[in-house]
Amino acid sequence: MLYNEPSPLETRVLTRRFGIPNAASIDVYLATEGYQAFLKAARMKPEEIIEEVKISNLRGRGGAGFPTGMKWSFVPRSSPKPKYIVVNGDEGEPGTCKDRVLIENDPHQLIEGVLIAGLAVDAHAGYVYIRGEYRYLIEALEKAIGEAYAKGWLGKNIQGTGFDFDLYAHTGAGSYECGEESALLESLEGKRGVPRIRPPFPAVVGAFQCPTVLNNVETYCAVPAILRDGGAAFAALGLPKAGGTKMTCLSGHVNKPGVYELPLGFPVMKMINEVGGGIRGGRKLKAMIPGGSSCPVLTAAECEGATMDYDSMAGRKTMLGSGGVIILDDQTCMVKAAMRLMRFYSHESCGWCIPCREGTTWLRKILVRFHEGGGTRTDIDLIGDIAKNMLGRTFCPLGDAAAMPTIAFVEKFREEFEDHLNGKPCPYENATHLVTA
Amino acid sequence: MTFSPELEARFEKLLTSYPPGRQRSALIPMLLYAQDEVGSVSDEVIDEVARRIGVTPLQVNEVLSYYTMLHRKPMGKYHVQVCTNISCLLNGGDKLWEHVCKRLDLGNKEVTEDGQISIEEVECMGACSWAPAIQVNYDFHHFVTPEKLDEILDGLRKKQ
Amino acid sequence: MADLVNLTIDGKAVQAAPGTLVIDAAKTVGVEIPAFCYYEGLSLQAACRMCLVEVEKMPKLMTACTLPVAEGMVVRTETPQVAAARKYMLEFLLTNHPLDCPVCDKGGECELQDMTFRYGIGESRFTDEKAHTPEKQFSPVVFYDAPRCILCYRCVRICNEGLGVGALGVINRGVVSEIAPNKGDHLECDECGACIDICPVGALTSGIYRYKTRPWEMTHVGTVCTHCADGCKTTLGTRNDRILRGNNRDSSGVSDGFLCIKGRYAFDFYDHPERLTTPLARKNGKLEEVSWAEALEITARKFRENLDARGAFGVIGSNHTTNEENYYLQKFARQVLGTNHIDHHRTGDVVALFDALGEGGSAGREKLATVADLYKLKAVLILGADLALEHPLLSFQVRANYRHHRAHIYAVTPGSVREDKYSAMSIRVGAPAGSAGSGPRWEPVSGSGSADGDPSGFYHPRNAEVSTADYFAALEHLRDKLKAEPELVILFDDSFQGNDVRRLVEFGNSLGIPVRWVCLVDYSNSRGALDMGIAPELLPGYEPSGQPGMRLHEMLAAPLGALWVVGANPYEPAPGGTSPERRAGFLVVQDMFLTETARLADVVLPAASSYEKNGTFTNVTGELQRLKRAVNVMGTKPDLEIIGFIAREMGAAAALGPWAPDAVFEEIRKNVRGYDVPAPVIASGGAAQTAPLNGRIAVEAAPGLVRSEHNGLFASGTLGRYSRVLNSVLESRVGR
Ligand SMILES: Cc1cc2nc3c(=O)[nH]c(=O)nc-3n(C[C@H](O)[C@H](O)[C@H](O)COP(=O)(O)O)c2cc1C
Ligand code: SF4
Ligand code: FES
Repeated sequence: MLYNEPSPLETRVLTRRFGIPNAASIDVYLATEGYQAFLKAARMKPEEIIEEVKISNLRGRGGAGFPTGMKWSFVPRSSPKPKYIVVNGDEGEPGTCKDRVLIENDPHQLIEGVLIAGLAVDAHAGYVYIRGEYRYLIEALEKAIGEAYAKGWLGKNIQGTGFDFDLYAHTGAGSYECGEESALLESLEGKRGVPRIRPPFPAVVGAFQCPTVLNNVETYCAVPAILRDGGAAFAALGLPKAGGTKMTCLSGHVNKPGVYELPLGFPVMKMINEVGGGIRGGRKLKAMIPGGSSCPVLTAAECEGATMDYDSMAGRKTMLGSGGVIILDDQTCMVKAAMRLMRFYSHESCGWCIPCREGTTWLRKILVRFHEGGGTRTDIDLIGDIAKNMLGRTFCPLGDAAAMPTIAFVEKFREEFEDHLNGKPCPYENATHLVTA
Repeated sequence: MTFSPELEARFEKLLTSYPPGRQRSALIPMLLYAQDEVGSVSDEVIDEVARRIGVTPLQVNEVLSYYTMLHRKPMGKYHVQVCTNISCLLNGGDKLWEHVCKRLDLGNKEVTEDGQISIEEVECMGACSWAPAIQVNYDFHHFVTPEKLDEILDGLRKKQ
Repeated sequence: MADLVNLTIDGKAVQAAPGTLVIDAAKTVGVEIPAFCYYEGLSLQAACRMCLVEVEKMPKLMTACTLPVAEGMVVRTETPQVAAARKYMLEFLLTNHPLDCPVCDKGGECELQDMTFRYGIGESRFTDEKAHTPEKQFSPVVFYDAPRCILCYRCVRICNEGLGVGALGVINRGVVSEIAPNKGDHLECDECGACIDICPVGALTSGIYRYKTRPWEMTHVGTVCTHCADGCKTTLGTRNDRILRGNNRDSSGVSDGFLCIKGRYAFDFYDHPERLTTPLARKNGKLEEVSWAEALEITARKFRENLDARGAFGVIGSNHTTNEENYYLQKFARQVLGTNHIDHHRTGDVVALFDALGEGGSAGREKLATVADLYKLKAVLILGADLALEHPLLSFQVRANYRHHRAHIYAVTPGSVREDKYSAMSIRVGAPAGSAGSGPRWEPVSGSGSADGDPSGFYHPRNAEVSTADYFAALEHLRDKLKAEPELVILFDDSFQGNDVRRLVEFGNSLGIPVRWVCLVDYSNSRGALDMGIAPELLPGYEPSGQPGMRLHEMLAAPLGALWVVGANPYEPAPGGTSPERRAGFLVVQDMFLTETARLADVVLPAASSYEKNGTFTNVTGELQRLKRAVNVMGTKPDLEIIGFIAREMGAAAALGPWAPDAVFEEIRKNVRGYDVPAPVIASGGAAQTAPLNGRIAVEAAPGLVRSEHNGLFASGTLGRYSRVLNSVLESRVGR
């Protein structure tokens, strides 16, 4: 099921089957070149598969953007231990809702991507970790897995290739931190979602102490297309250093929010105005969060000339992240946005390390007080300072994810913080934000 | 403690889904599925799951208290979860939350006296592009307005 | 070593073995890197972030507690960036930590205070409300104050990894995370208090010590625990002649920082209201309070009369008085009283072991294991004992050996034991009492990974019938596995006596690998009592006495002219039985309490406990350590002094020599085989292994004399009865 109209500006590779009746069924999948990439990969050498992925310039779609082919090449194929494929379907980054769409509409594409990863690193079992809130996807995916077993696309000696693979759906139970790869592995092993000390990285010591490939749902979903059409063709869809398309979740104050598949390098303003149909209610763009709440906010001015890709965003000291694009109009209170996000991070901090546990809590307390009108001038600098004291010193990147956007909010929208001083009511408190009927 | 045959079947499958000696992996799914059936992660559920997996009740408690979807006390038959995180907030999620609190005269994680409805303010649940969103148990409702929320609540009352 | 790694830390050249962590490597050149969560020997956390350091070529600060050294690495720990990281980490911690230092037990010895003093900022920028949750009582001895907790997880790790109990865990997440006990609202564990000791702040506090004093008002005296035979060092914190707490803050002796419930808390018998503080003498059939002068006069007079009448003397020594006291006592008995009727309650057949090991004139110290060996050697075989309950320190060492070195542990025991969880193989011997069947009975049990059994701390009476045939059959089953080990320590308890011990040693010899031995005994100086010749057949140092003499049970049954009992309770009724009848004409008892034996006495002399005297103890592995007086209890005297005064009163003092502990110890060092240990090691609080082995011991075997009490964690013979802590734990368990 789709929740929004597709846009004519999309480049539909991962979403090519979306909209076909019964797209999620294995019959439709097989009728539309499904599992052909797997068969092709099964005839290739593992190094060749990895090479193809490298050529595609595919970078991880979970947020960090690490080159996928390179990650796969770190797995010690010769290790006597079993190897595992783990799919990160925790999708907890605020502003992100794409993996959900991919699994719901085309689960076999994910299964095929996982199988190809299995071939590449000699893994024979995989787990799809799905956040607990997506319970219906567990049923949907288990149905697809059942079909794949029934038709011989999972299990022993798949389609006579001699390759065995078992796949399982595994549910989480409410924790953003479990999207972090090592915390996810802990959770998969039935423990608290606390990250692991790294190194060793999952490629070497991952699930069940064994070498593990861990990627985002979207990353695996791109793999069948890469094998089918060739890495070069996939790369050509995007930019020289970042191949392919990116699932982009437009949310916030646009007329046409939705999940769209856009080529990497898509101009930001075009995305907002043409794909998203412009800012709602005729208001003006104030700011954009480019890749989920952890990515520092860009002002409207910074959005000019920016493109949706890793380098353009890095050049603006922010990140492409997970593809959760949040559009904020000129009636948005940035203090409130910062406050709400810090409530989120302090709620989700696993509590393991001091700077994140205490830093997010302290920031939450100040920001809540500040937004309620209890702020002082020194608080403004203090907020930025506390965030900077967390930065780079936490055990896992959640601390950075909380600190970076906060620093940006304070630096770029300082005058809004000053507007809240001296007991002044929030200037935007009565702004009505349209709720789509 | 006994569970329904469906749940038992599910447990059995879970316990064989992981490498040998790694049954502990089934812990979180087992707790969540047991909660769905029993209504909460009760003391009996803890002891039973601990026994089946071969860990101590303390180890189960450490894990379950970490995950926000696992509850020690029963929530309402219909657990209404309102997201107020950024994308929903920008579309009035906070107003929806205020609305539901007022309308049911409940606070966060409180249950109506008849045990039918409980409410919870939740973090982003992956419905950002269709915000504001709520979940009733595991069912998503997108683009929710206060009016639509009232309709949903009325519908729940009728279902009882 | 050729393969050392070279690096520099703060400009100093450092060499370290590969795998060494930067935080440890830094210590070797005197660079201290602050840490809360890092604790040597426990698993790594990298949680507190206090140890962040700058490393050349690394983009971010690195945690020194998880970073292994690497060739050419350049580490800086004193840059402005590092200083800022530490400063602000402490600022973060203090945002939720209550500043109740003035009333906190830990105030003055708190790691958070010290760190804030050294690395912190002066003023607080935190003005919002702190979280508050009420304090919780986890057990009679453990309290938890969540707001003070900095979540370093040391307590969780020491309990789980160090003790193998796993009674503490972390619940909730984020800033509301806290430590939780294993039974919902309370703990059921060893109650060892290691969690309290290891807590860097005042989050975990001791039910015994809380709100009693400020640490700097105490005097700290390092001595040896008086309960079991393991010989843990304990540092007693005292004020105004009162003991307020026990820990081992200087980590000296055989035990490093380890203590069990007895070592940490069960000193509290010393001021029990029933403690004897005045001598008693029987007058008109009743024990009445008398002066020391009168009591000593009566004793000396009666002894003299018995001597003159050529009456027989019996002397019963103690397994928890000092070496000096036992040495002096046997000298008194043999030289002044002219008797060889001297014995004590034996709890392990040490003599048979030494005799067997001495075959072929062997004198090898290398055949006797030390406490440290249990942590070092590659394989350990435990026979009989439930080590975690009966010998907490030894079991701690074995567990650490497994955790750190993957040592192979074998346990052959009648009941399930904690070692099963990680043993390479466990075997259950025996069969339920009364069950039919013939032939040896034993069965391997799957150990590793099995869920926790019963962490109760009680010793569970064996309701299995076990014979040594069962053990030997099990050993045959293990033979090939043991042969393949590079080396082995064998620990055995009183299940093996006399010829069975010899047979066991033969088994050990037949493995063809180096084997070291521990004969398990019960009490704080059980080993010392034998070493000092408190036995009719043995003079000090295992020299055969060559004289006939009565054994303990024979003395009780004989119509002796006088019986002298020093620190023992031989008239204690057997469980469910009655006391033996007193036969001796005159009975003198030196003790701390009016025990069953003291009640029968003609003269009772109130003795000092081992926390109130100087001297030495020899532990179960033959390691010698020094006792230091921590307090004085008015009215009591150390047994050595009492013995000396009796000698003086009898006019025999000159013949026996001075009774100052140091002087007697010097005599022991000179005269007792294997006791020529280096004096400075002992004087400075260290432990030195004695070497009593030197050829065979030609004495008549007396099987059946040896009987271990198999005390669990909450029992300690007579002393245990007078410890409020042990009793309150027992009550709290039974009450549930
Ligand atoms: C706090 C935190 C939350 C994360 N959440 C997710 C998530 O929900 N889904 C995801 O795919 N990656 C998430 N990541 C990134 C993962 O750690 C990891 O980089 C990613 O799954 C790797 O896959 P990729 O290379 O395909 O992107 C998260 C990272 C952090 C630090
Ligand atoms: S930064 Fe620290 S407390 Fe925060 S989620 Fe990561 S490990 Fe946990
Ligand atoms: S000691 Fe390194 S993080 Fe705590």
